[in-house]
Amino acid sequence: MTEQDETREKQEREPRDAAYWARYAETLKVSGVAEGATNINVEGRRAVGPLQGFGKMWQKTYRVRLKGAEVTPKEVIRTWKENYKDFWPEGNRFYAPLSGIAPGEVALISGSLPGGVTLSTGVMVLYADDESFTLMTPQGHPFSGWITFSSFEEGDATVAQAQVLMRANDPLYELGLSMGGHKMEDGMWQQTLRNLAAHFGVRETVETDVVCVDPRRQWREYRNVWHNAGIRSALYSITTPLRRRGNGPPAH
Amino acid sequence: MPQAQVKMNVRDAGESASIIDVEGELTAFAEAVLMDAYNQASDGQVRAIILNFENLEYMNSSGIGLLVTLLIRVNRERQQLLTYGLSEHYRSIFQITRLDDAIAIHDSEEEAVRAANSM
Repeated sequence: MTEQDETREKQEREPRDAAYWARYAETLKVSGVAEGATNINVEGRRAVGPLQGFGKMWQKTYRVRLKGAEVTPKEVIRTWKENYKDFWPEGNRFYAPLSGIAPGEVALISGSLPGGVTLSTGVMVLYADDESFTLMTPQGHPFSGWITFSSFEEGDATVAQAQVLMRANDPLYELGLSMGGHKMEDGMWQQTLRNLAAHFGVRETVETDVVCVDPRRQWREYRNVWHNAGIRSALYSITTPLRRRGNGPPAH
Repeated sequence: MPQAQVKMNVRDAGESASIIDVEGELTAFAEAVLMDAYNQASDGQVRAIILNFENLEYMNSSGIGLLVTLLIRVNRERQQLLTYGLSEHYRSIFQITRLDDAIAIHDSEEEAVRAANSM
């Protein structure tokens, strides 16, 4: 056996991380739509990462030290996965996939945008192991990228962390982020971490670290606005009475 | 925090390219090692950085995040980022995360070096 064959054989053995990653699929498929959820901006969309977005690239890290809580990183992540929707602040809803937060599963989201618009979007579980999980956004979502939830030990405490790596998906969202969207997003993840900490009986300050990884905008991606889930959600709401009159109840 | 379970070796590949051999685990804990290797690799007139993943044993989503931030740094320096030695599994992860839109994937070191030196 040549050295090249040995390398190839070594690589083709099942890697340790294989079970933690979603399988590649060209477009997203939603396996079930929960009562109250709307699947208008997820089915058939592609998942998009921080390289496909329009705006500046940001890395935002939110972390809380679970000081005094006798809890391991694995317990934190298990709890976070099981109660993910309950830790979200009011006004946003996460419709967890039937089989929970597992690689490749798609969840629907209904959130609030400035101006009182209800945004229907979703996320795909890109990666999930015992100590972290990552959600990736579809085309049309306010940001293009992923958010990783992780837990680890640091000094005398277990830390829970959420880290976003993102660009605004299109020029409208980029404008929205600069006009209060960043603040809203920071508030959402800070509150999520406070809620998680409270579950373990901890009241600690959430540390926030924001880094602009790439200040350039990717103008070639301006056409992402075609999939803008905010616009599509608003149009869907406006036309709901017409659909009711014509075809019975709105389709999910 | 746990220690990084990764080693990186930097070598020249012609006048304008450097190779970083990645051996072990690419996770959040590999950040300092990867950025040190990049600083070493990008000394001088280097126009292309080639990542050799033949001995990549494990990668999580934070590891993919590191590659995104490395790519931004590389682009800012007007360099190109290329890879070779990715197994089918890791090629598929590059596809899912759409890193393959921006990082050229080659089958062998020879091919990657040829591509790097023809830029």
